[in-house]
Amino acid sequence: MDTVITTDKLTKKFGAFVAASELTFEVGKGEIFGFLGANGAGKTTAMRMLCGLLTPTSGKARIAGYDIYTQTERIKRSIGYMSQKFSLYDDLTVSENIRFYGGIYGMSRPAIRTKTATLLDELELRDEAKTLVRELPLGWKQKLSFSVSIVHDPEIVFLDEPTGGVDPVTRRQFWDLIYAAADRGVTVFVTTHYMDEAEYCNRVSIMVDGVIAALDSPANLRDQYGHASMEDVFYELARNAKRKGD
Amino acid sequence: MKQLLVFIRKEFLHVFRDRKTLLMLFGLPIAQIVLFGFALSNEIKDSRIALVDYSKDAITTRLIGKIEASHYFDIQHTLASADELNAAFKRGDIKMAVIFPANFGDNLIHTGTATLQVIADGSDPNQATTITNYLQSIVTDYNMELAQDAQQPLQIRPEVQMLYNPELRGAPNFVPGVMALVLMLVCTMMTSVAIVKEKEMGTMEILLVSPFRPVYIIISKLAPNLLISIVNLVIILVLSDIFLDLPVKGSVALLVFCSILFILTSLSIGLLLSINARTQQAAMMGSLMGMMLPTMLLTGFLFPIENMPFILQALSNLVPSRWYFIIVKRVMLKGLGFSAVWKETLILTGMTLLLFTISLRRFKIRLQ
Amino acid sequence: MITLDKITKTYNKGAIKAVTDVSLDIRRSELFGLIGPDGAGKSTLFRILTTLLLPDSGTATVNNLDVVKDFAKIRSSVGYMPGRFSLYQDLTIEENLHFFATVFGTTIKENYNLIKDIYQQIEPFKDRRAGKLSGGMKQKLALCCALIHKPAVLFLDEPTTGVDVVSRKEFWEMLARLKAEGITILVSTPYMDEANRCDRIALIQKGSILSVDTPAGIIAKFPMDLYGIRAANTHQLLREVRSYSNTDSCFAFGDALHVTFKDHSPGDTPHVTFKDHGPGAPTAANPANDLLPYLRSKGISDPTIEKITPGIEDCFIHLLGTPAAATSNN
Repeated sequence: MDTVITTDKLTKKFGAFVAASELTFEVGKGEIFGFLGANGAGKTTAMRMLCGLLTPTSGKARIAGYDIYTQTERIKRSIGYMSQKFSLYDDLTVSENIRFYGGIYGMSRPAIRTKTATLLDELELRDEAKTLVRELPLGWKQKLSFSVSIVHDPEIVFLDEPTGGVDPVTRRQFWDLIYAAADRGVTVFVTTHYMDEAEYCNRVSIMVDGVIAALDSPANLRDQYGHASMEDVFYELARNAKRKGD
Repeated sequence: MKQLLVFIRKEFLHVFRDRKTLLMLFGLPIAQIVLFGFALSNEIKDSRIALVDYSKDAITTRLIGKIEASHYFDIQHTLASADELNAAFKRGDIKMAVIFPANFGDNLIHTGTATLQVIADGSDPNQATTITNYLQSIVTDYNMELAQDAQQPLQIRPEVQMLYNPELRGAPNFVPGVMALVLMLVCTMMTSVAIVKEKEMGTMEILLVSPFRPVYIIISKLAPNLLISIVNLVIILVLSDIFLDLPVKGSVALLVFCSILFILTSLSIGLLLSINARTQQAAMMGSLMGMMLPTMLLTGFLFPIENMPFILQALSNLVPSRWYFIIVKRVMLKGLGFSAVWKETLILTGMTLLLFTISLRRFKIRLQ
Repeated sequence: MITLDKITKTYNKGAIKAVTDVSLDIRRSELFGLIGPDGAGKSTLFRILTTLLLPDSGTATVNNLDVVKDFAKIRSSVGYMPGRFSLYQDLTIEENLHFFATVFGTTIKENYNLIKDIYQQIEPFKDRRAGKLSGGMKQKLALCCALIHKPAVLFLDEPTTGVDVVSRKEFWEMLARLKAEGITILVSTPYMDEANRCDRIALIQKGSILSVDTPAGIIAKFPMDLYGIRAANTHQLLREVRSYSNTDSCFAFGDALHVTFKDHSPGDTPHVTFKDHGPGAPTAANPANDLLPYLRSKGISDPTIEKITPGIEDCFIHLLGTPAAATSNN
């Protein structure tokens, strides 16, 4: 497997507090990798390090072939990011948002134009090109956010709880988009609270108290822990966590 | 480079889509130019003065004629006695008094000089200096005129005395102004922000769905600000006594009482502002823009109200700090008692009651 | 205990329709769930019932008090936990609880036994400021503050959103205990799996109620047979099942697909697992039989299919009425 993310004992300490400890794993190209963990387990810290937003305290990592300490700018250009809390500007229109992010990622004008057309068609938002994002229903916003986060065809896209609060049908449509991206070779690194979404991933890691407590495919994890669902596996691991998001 | 341009473009879009901010960005400079260019000025015209002529000869009559003819002065009365003058100064009816002692003309012709007594209200030193200068220029003109007809130079010398502020210090003017401004701003801003913060945090929702009566919410928001403002007031008075040598000439109790009244007025305004503001930022902006400008411009300590166009004078009547400013000057600088300030106190009381009642009525007990 | 009769609420002068013609009846001591995604209108209904918003039309009562006319009485007698954790961030746990107890004219001691189970979990941190608590702890504190005056009705607006899985489970256990004390509880949540913990639920989307019943009742109303299909490669399976001509609806549910067929025969033998046994398999008129060979022919290895009982999410999706997912090929 072509690896796009490699980490070796990646650690982050805030003073005496060890937020993430000795994370070691690999993610392959085109893989859908689920990153699970309770609040306070260290998920957000880990993701921020991988995105080049937080400097690790120790350990090594390469993202899209770039070193996490010395080449953070290159990393940022090769990845996409979407979070539930923010991604699009409410007071700009759909096409303005696409144009903005395309520009930020360094795409050329003709490339942005073609990409905008493709995107609008795929999402069936042709008629809404000039609508302000704040007037779109939540589900459409989420789908648009995702598409915008990969507008520049990055190697990896990081999704931070992208489907929170969205209705079940839209959630699945969102995952269709994720599948489509993975098929095109984009590696998807996603965190979620929905355990059924964990099943859609190729492999899943579960963080507890700052450490990776389990990492494997959902099927293997279910076998290993003898549970029928990922939810039960997660519950078993998280139940005894000392850090309940304090 | 391209990224930079893309970002700049986005920022422009944000700004132009925010109507309220746009209004302020463009509206404010225009308003200021209009105000400062046309309405407010430091030039003083038609200052009210009194003339007392104990001599009543040709020379005094001529000089009085010249003074009357100038557009600087508006001669209030031709008073007879010094007592009446004193009272007029205290009431603020006149800014300056010009007194011609007996035998003025004779003294001038026989000795070559005569002294003209000029008393000016020094509590606004800028104003006082300006009008005495105007007077001086008229007298100098007259001196030259007299010199043409006479063998020897004739000098009329005005002897100027500044009442209430003999050294023409700035403090007596700006301390009352600052008091009004500071108390007003702090009270309105603190109160409006405190209430809106509750709304923003979401705790207001829970408070409303409880037996807690809305009026208690209001009182509890006003209480700490009232206390803090009183402390502020005491600090200002103490500091101005010690460092600026500006003690309270009149009754301290009266001053504190009126100040508390003014604080309550400001708190009510803050309350009113908080009702429509949805974010703390909006509350703060509302307090600053909505209250600071009118207070600074229309209180009367930076720009004399008497010189403003009629509409601004009318507007200034609505600004509570204008009335408070008068009270402070009269009690603190001129040492006057309640009889001199009862009208202003009544106005402030009325304003407070009105504002408080309106705010109470309009306080939103629902989320809409 | 709580009634809503044709309640409609719009914002922006009718431009945004938050809830339309909603009617509901919630009984005393019931644990009632309002299930729906963001924007469905749940918070609007809560705010109308807690008298914070006036409906455009329709009437509503809480404990026989009208939400418009008797709002003061309602406000004194209900417990409310709004969508965000709205407590005083710079007061400690104990100070917050004490404040709310006083606001409701009671003391912490008076109703301590009601909140004891919950409070004991956060008591070790009682001097910590509310702003520094984790999501789970804030939620427990908010619940204590809402309960401290022993309300007859408890309104909890999305209390489990954004909270970790473990705390969520604990929370629902606490609610069950409260219900046993006789408190009527109206809870809203976007998590479909939590619906099963309620006595009755109402599914809501875009301001309208889709269905009201006990969880079992709603499931029983699912009109067709539902099948669960599994294979090693779920993604590939998804594509193939969607393009199969007889597929009516097909949605991913974790490692299985939930599928309904166009051409189905009701009243089939329930819960029989049809593995692909080859030509000797039972030949009951069953769409599963035709699907498996089709899938094998497309290169899917080891597909399995079984009839399953629908869950609340299946029902919700069905009620949303999206036909497109079955045959669209993304």
